[in-house]
Amino acid sequence: MKTNLVSRVALGFAVIAPLTISLSGTPVAQAADDAIKIGEVGSTTGSEATFGVATHQGVELAIKEINATGGVKGKKLQVILLDDQGKPEEAATAVTRLITQDKVVAIVGEVASSRSLAMAPIAQQYKIPMVSPSSTNPKVTEIGDYIFRVCFIDPFQGFVMARFASENLKFKRVAILRDVKNDYSVGLAKYFTETFKKLGGEIVVDQSYSAGDIDFKSQLTSIRGAKPDAIFVPGYYTEVGLIARQARSLGIKAPLLGGDGWDSPKLLQIGGKAMEGSYFSNHYSADDKAPHVQAFIERYRKAYKDTPSGLAAMGFDAMMVLSDAMKRAKSLSSADIRAALAATKEFQGVTGRISIDQQRNAVKSAVVLKVVNGTFVYDSTIRPG
Amino acid sequence: MDQFLQHIINALSLGSIYALIALGYTMVFGVLQLINFAHGEIYMLGAFAGMYTIRWLRLEQHPGIGSLLIALFAAMAASALAGFIIERLAYRPLRKSPRINLLITAVGVSLFLQYTGQLVFGSDPQFFPVGILELDGYTWTYGELVIEPMQIVALVLSIILMLVLQYIIFKTRLGRAMRAVSFNHDLASLMGIPTNRIISATFMLGSALAGAAGVLVGLIYPKIEPLMGTMPGLKAFVAAVLGGVGNVTGAVLGAFTLGLAEEFLVGYWVSTYRDALAFAILILILLFKPSGLLGVHRAEKV
Repeated sequence: MKTNLVSRVALGFAVIAPLTISLSGTPVAQAADDAIKIGEVGSTTGSEATFGVATHQGVELAIKEINATGGVKGKKLQVILLDDQGKPEEAATAVTRLITQDKVVAIVGEVASSRSLAMAPIAQQYKIPMVSPSSTNPKVTEIGDYIFRVCFIDPFQGFVMARFASENLKFKRVAILRDVKNDYSVGLAKYFTETFKKLGGEIVVDQSYSAGDIDFKSQLTSIRGAKPDAIFVPGYYTEVGLIARQARSLGIKAPLLGGDGWDSPKLLQIGGKAMEGSYFSNHYSADDKAPHVQAFIERYRKAYKDTPSGLAAMGFDAMMVLSDAMKRAKSLSSADIRAALAATKEFQGVTGRISIDQQRNAVKSAVVLKVVNGTFVYDSTIRPG
Repeated sequence: MDQFLQHIINALSLGSIYALIALGYTMVFGVLQLINFAHGEIYMLGAFAGMYTIRWLRLEQHPGIGSLLIALFAAMAASALAGFIIERLAYRPLRKSPRINLLITAVGVSLFLQYTGQLVFGSDPQFFPVGILELDGYTWTYGELVIEPMQIVALVLSIILMLVLQYIIFKTRLGRAMRAVSFNHDLASLMGIPTNRIISATFMLGSALAGAAGVLVGLIYPKIEPLMGTMPGLKAFVAAVLGGVGNVTGAVLGAFTLGLAEEFLVGYWVSTYRDALAFAILILILLFKPSGLLGVHRAEKV
């Protein structure tokens, strides 16, 4: 009986071991010894895997293009991607490993603010520059002078949607449904409320849910009672689709408003017809006719047979801004890269002209997209200030 | 008034989902005194089995009750099989070890299934093909009050399954054997009851219920993912404890109580404490009435 059990356990390990090895991050490209190593942390598994995968494809495309045009200071770039499964604690472990074991010169990541907030203190402690492609929570770059981002911050997204609701849509009464487990969502809701009230609007009801919930009818029933013009749902696509469905089935006709966390084809698949007529702010639109945007989309399509999401474009821009800074830096020491990053001015990225301000945040405009006939359609551009 | 009634309807539909999961929980506990933490994952497997069956057989092109039954049956069969395998490989070898080992193993199985699920199904949420039932025209509205057909289906099904379980446990030979095994394992086997087979059957029955719940949840909330079982699993566990673990009627009662409590907390007070409420109930019940609302106090055997 005992040996039986032992052999069974051993067999179990034999089956599991290769799985765990393949799960723990492996270097994406085995490059030459003298390649410049860049670390990337992303959620390539977990419920937000779309975020991590899309971002990584953008980063990968940027690396390919940089290397094809001679690399940085005569050296090729190599990206080492570690998966954090969408968990802050895993992100912290991954960034420590990248810095102490893989000796990377800079870090790209993370998408989600909650995970960037777990990573940033570690990057700051080791003085390794970290560029977040799309963490919009203001606290991220406040952690220290080595932490940068190439996206706008929550106050701006909240500001954009509040201004859009008030000025473009002429709405006066808006309800809020926020994800309390998510710093991003709480931040957007807060800044939306501030701006919307300043513009003369009224927040008629403020409700919350937790990521992973599937039933929102109780919140929506209360919201229905307040008869709002629109519902601001600054959550992730994973829940917004279900929220839209349940809102429509309760007879709520008001459009939903949201932020860049909506940006996934899954939103339309899960939400279906219920998503029609809703709006969200984003970093870029694939409908943007600017030649450099269309050229990027074409190259991305060639590589991945898919239209790049905003997050893919942000991943691309993060890597491009970083390599631009490395090219301008006096040396590849982390202090020099940091100084060059901080001096970034009017860098023409796919997602707009990026300037890094005093707080190491990117200053740039946002677009508002509308859901029409099952696709995201460009509606308007809202500029900063 | 409309709003109040709508909250009641929402709560009943939420409660019936908890009830379907809690029934399987409570059955396994009743027979084995094992809290099967992997139960939520079996429910997840059921949802995925249902989804793949619908996709492979292209059932969406033939919407109707027949298609629903095929998906439901496939999900129940797959879940029953999963339950059987888990019991055989993970729990049976530990039958004679201390209970804490079993509990830890259950947590391990649960995590194993969550992460294997991500590897196999992909971790991104998937859309459950709700098109197998065409119910668009059947929504019943009265003023602001909205009742959807799936809410009724879930409610009726959870009550029917509860009655069927009651019947199996108290009126059939299998049920009598289950109760005997639950009462005293060794004694039952001395009386010629094939305890291993009875325990397997209990697991399969409980798992099949979870599988059915998976498909129903998929139809009502069409987003399924490998981690979907965690929270409902814990909530169903709370519901089972609230009603008295091991008691089938209690599980259903506990599930509806929890559904109502959550709904009114969110609807009339603060939505932030929704999940906290379930666990606050768990703590209170364990402190003041550990046997649950309908549970009978059993003297601890020494």
